[in-house]
Amino acid sequence: MTVTSRREVGDRIGRWLWPALVLLALLAAWETAVRLADTPRWMLPPPTAVAAALRDDRALLLPNAWVTLQEILLGFALALLAGLLTGVAIDSSRTIERALYPLIIASQTIPLVALAPILLIWFGYGLLPKVLVTALVAFFPLAVNTVDGLHAADGETLALLRSLGASPGQRFRLVKLPSALPHLFTGARIAITFSVVGAVFGELVGASAGLGYLMERAGAQFQTARVFAAIVLLALIGVTLFASVALLERLLLPWRRHVTRE
Amino acid sequence: MPLLDSHPPRTPVAARRLVLAHVSATYVEDGQTLTALDDLSLSVTDGEFVALIGPSGCGKSTLLDIISGLYTPSAGDIRLDGETTTTASRLGRTAYMRQRDLLMPWRSALDNAALALEVHGTPRRRARTLARARFAEFGLVGFEDAYPAQLSGGMRQRVAFLRTVLAERPLLLLDEPFGALDALSRVGLQTWLLDRWEAAAQPTRQAVLLVTHDVDEAIFLADRVVVLTPRPGRIAHIEPIDLLRPRRREMVTSAPFLAHRATLLAALGLLPSTPDPAVSTP
Ligand SMILES: Nc1ncnc2c1ncn2[C@@H]1O[C@H](COP(=O)(O)OP(=O)(O)OP(=O)(O)O)[C@@H](O)[C@H]1O
Ligand SMILES: [Mg+2]
Repeated sequence: MTVTSRREVGDRIGRWLWPALVLLALLAAWETAVRLADTPRWMLPPPTAVAAALRDDRALLLPNAWVTLQEILLGFALALLAGLLTGVAIDSSRTIERALYPLIIASQTIPLVALAPILLIWFGYGLLPKVLVTALVAFFPLAVNTVDGLHAADGETLALLRSLGASPGQRFRLVKLPSALPHLFTGARIAITFSVVGAVFGELVGASAGLGYLMERAGAQFQTARVFAAIVLLALIGVTLFASVALLERLLLPWRRHVTRE
Repeated sequence: MPLLDSHPPRTPVAARRLVLAHVSATYVEDGQTLTALDDLSLSVTDGEFVALIGPSGCGKSTLLDIISGLYTPSAGDIRLDGETTTTASRLGRTAYMRQRDLLMPWRSALDNAALALEVHGTPRRRARTLARARFAEFGLVGFEDAYPAQLSGGMRQRVAFLRTVLAERPLLLLDEPFGALDALSRVGLQTWLLDRWEAAAQPTRQAVLLVTHDVDEAIFLADRVVVLTPRPGRIAHIEPIDLLRPRRREMVTSAPFLAHRATLLAALGLLPSTPDPAVSTP
């Protein structure tokens, strides 16, 4: 268990090394191709130009990245709260499940593209409409996985708790919630990536700050290197948030690493 | 410290711990009514070890579900310690170990063992201390922090059993606690359970109702063996076991043991006088 074998160390290095090598090779190919073909910079800047934009425009990029990060985190938090409450409500009663669940599924067929302009009309150009778009896209995977997780709680274990005289609250805390957590984390990993897309989308529809807004402005002015710099930052935000969720999962569910034997 | 101790009895010694009077149970599924138990009457006295055997599907688990308050009988009265009870009022009164060990994969062995204490309101830290103190006796030292997936089948059963014992109820309901184990671990755990139970002081010893498929296990462990008929379960036979306690493994080859076994196998319909089923089956 605690012994780290050579093979494991090798696996760990391989997990980072290979994608890093592929990425480097792609960047090198991109750089070479752009230089050889002499592509105009406004059309496709080489990676070195993007790196230069990242360095030179950081006073512009970082405050806008911070705005987008706030939208993502607030939207995700709102979706998490709403998803958990909805999931618990749906799990607690057959009637609520029958009434709500089909609507939640059906709501997924509404294109968010249609909602974002309306949110803009209602709430203006500030943070709120972006937070709401983000929350809307992140809500579904969180709610559905919460329901699945709560439903997955073992009936016999719940019966055991009843035979011990456990209250409904104890059964929820001791059985339902821990059974739901792995599912909830699956939902959270999907939702956090959706959140990044949601926030940027909200900004593209109408904003006065944020990486999406910056990309649109820079694009209109053919400052393509700056657009790519914003994309790099968005990717960094996305990967970091995803990794944070995965790390939290490892810390909160240490037992998951041992269930493979079953 | 007594090993399988329980609360001091509220009723006089040798009082009826459990009395079942005319208990019937049905299941309704797709409009079909299935009778699982039919007019069953039985009692278990303080500190008594009763084994229940019967063919698969005759309603043994249903009976334990009823006694523990998980299922409502269609007819009959159930008394615990002399009090008339309802299904809801029986919840939390017995310590019930179901057929599956039902360890929670997210709890360590220690936290699984301490579950009943926690449910009964013991603060978590104290519950863990109390559970830890019993790990040696259950042969689990060193595995306090292991998750169930890291334990062997026998160890899992012992953790489940420790959880049941720590519930500290005067009546233990054990549903095939060794059913999922290989023959060797099974014999080991039987002896181990017996040692623990026999070592407990007579007046505070928990009464046990053990469900098993295994005739030898029933005779070896119990004071009385109750045989149920195929579904719907009724009492086919009650066999008081006159083997001295403490029981020893050698007794399984003794004449009285073999006589009990012959009677019980006949009561189960597994030992017809003629002809030999092994020869005559087509
Ligand atoms: N929840 C249920 N719904 C419908 N029928 C059930 C249910 N539980 C049990 N039964 C039926 O009731 C009968 C008795 O079941 P029970 O589980 O009590 O048997 P058992 O004696 O414990 O069997 P085994 O030795 O195989 O564990 C069986 O025929 C079973 O199919
Ligand atoms: Mg059964």
